[in-house]
Amino acid sequence: MINASHVVALTEVTKQFGDSVVVDRLDLHVDAGECVALLGPNGAGKTTTINMLLGLTIPTAGHIHVFDRDIRQDLVAIKRRTGVTPQVDNLDSDLTVYENLLTYASYFGIRHGDAAVKADELLDFFQLKNRKTDVITRLSGGQRRRILIARALINNPELLIMDEPTIGLDPQARLLIWQRLSELKAQGMTMLLTSHYMEEVQQLADRVVIMEKGRKIVSGKVAQLIQEVVGSEVYEVSDDVEALSVLKSRLESCDISVEMRASRLLIFTKVPCPELEHALTAFKIFMKRPASLEDLFLRLTGQSLVE
Amino acid sequence: MTMYFIKVWLRNARVWQKHIKASLIGNLGEPFLFLAAMGYGLGRSVADVEGMSYLEFIAPGLVVSTVMHSAAFETAYGSYTRLTTQQTFLGILMTPVSVMDLAIGEILWGATKGLMAGLVVLACLPFFGVSFSWTELALVPALFVEGLCFAAMGVSVTAVARSYEFFHYFLTLFITPLFLFSGILFPIKDMHPWLASFFGFFPLSHAAEVSRAFCYGNPMNEAVFWHIAVLLFYSIGMTVVAVHLLKKRIIT
Repeated sequence: MINASHVVALTEVTKQFGDSVVVDRLDLHVDAGECVALLGPNGAGKTTTINMLLGLTIPTAGHIHVFDRDIRQDLVAIKRRTGVTPQVDNLDSDLTVYENLLTYASYFGIRHGDAAVKADELLDFFQLKNRKTDVITRLSGGQRRRILIARALINNPELLIMDEPTIGLDPQARLLIWQRLSELKAQGMTMLLTSHYMEEVQQLADRVVIMEKGRKIVSGKVAQLIQEVVGSEVYEVSDDVEALSVLKSRLESCDISVEMRASRLLIFTKVPCPELEHALTAFKIFMKRPASLEDLFLRLTGQSLVE
Repeated sequence: MTMYFIKVWLRNARVWQKHIKASLIGNLGEPFLFLAAMGYGLGRSVADVEGMSYLEFIAPGLVVSTVMHSAAFETAYGSYTRLTTQQTFLGILMTPVSVMDLAIGEILWGATKGLMAGLVVLACLPFFGVSFSWTELALVPALFVEGLCFAAMGVSVTAVARSYEFFHYFLTLFITPLFLFSGILFPIKDMHPWLASFFGFFPLSHAAEVSRAFCYGNPMNEAVFWHIAVLLFYSIGMTVVAVHLLKKRIIT
């Protein structure tokens, strides 16, 4: 059912290209002020889902509503209130930072004066004020990404859609962007994003939707999902295979789950397990940490490389 | 469709301004060299054509062939680059601008570039001894309409192209033969009647007739109106085709 409070609502949405089903009966909703992350390995259907929200891909079946409007009827009205950061960098590389923002504003029919004020405000917010008159080709990857996000905000959107907002950036550049995104969230921005940076998603997103092969395999609040699916704590133990299998057999009585990653044994616990603590004293190299979104992601989508 | 196609046109104009020097040299240089070689070089060894010197005969045709080349190049290579390499279209389509606005904006821009190039050649004609006449000014809208035809063809080819190599077909099999056989370098009626009517089917020969009529003859006759009507028909028809093909390419 379409709930009146959903900003984005996909109902049973399917997209087929020829014989291959790229998105399979997907239900997805984003509420006002919420940040939802769409996760999944490459080819899971995330970008197709976003393209359907933008009217660039027409669903084979199902309904999409944004701001309670049907995307088939009111696409232009919806886009007027939406900001989008694409995965590819498609800034006008011959124009300056400022010209890029003003040109983009013109596509929304925003008056030049208003656009100029907004552009200054955004450049300030993204620490780009001193690059205002620089041509795009002279900027770093991180700066270009920030402009792509600033550009998406030029129309004062109520919904921000971002496809991999920090892809290919160094940690410093990513940090700055995620900080700005959490400020936007604190201001009440509704966000739908895809990303492969689990740690950052875990900090920003209220909810995650994990997709695989076009299907939603799980969705919910991040902390709750991690606790339910993988547990609360992880012990990572390194040793030879034999020692690790002995360890494994000693823990059969515990409510744990184990996973091998390379030469490490990962032990996930949902409740404290004294036998485990005891058994680990025999191992020199081990580490205890809270379970993360990455653990959840790998558990659900598998460790093998999808290509 | 909305009025947003103007914004697409303005965006292209803004980017073009950044390269205005290189662009103008390209627009001006090639036809200028061509006029020099054909008119001064070849022209002196060629007899008069239809009562005019060879230079006088080819000059109005070179105006329209320049429009064709410039408009078609812009929406073939230029639009294709914006569609694929630069992904500019993708960015534009995330705003209220629709594919139709985008296609029309691109076609208008291609026609504008064609017109600018044509005007440069037109302005240069007096240097080659082709005297100026006021009726040439009336040629301006006709050149724009011709530009629309070829810009729309370029957008259509862009919409079906899978690589830059694809444009070789368009240029080698279409644009170049049109340039060679549309009554620009020699009178179209000198060809076999079948060939003449074949090339008479395409817009460039009509544009060449209009251009010659405005430059030298009496522009207010029935034949000229007919030629202009054909150009209008092509520009509207090809725009419809271009919008349709670009939609098919982008919306999956």
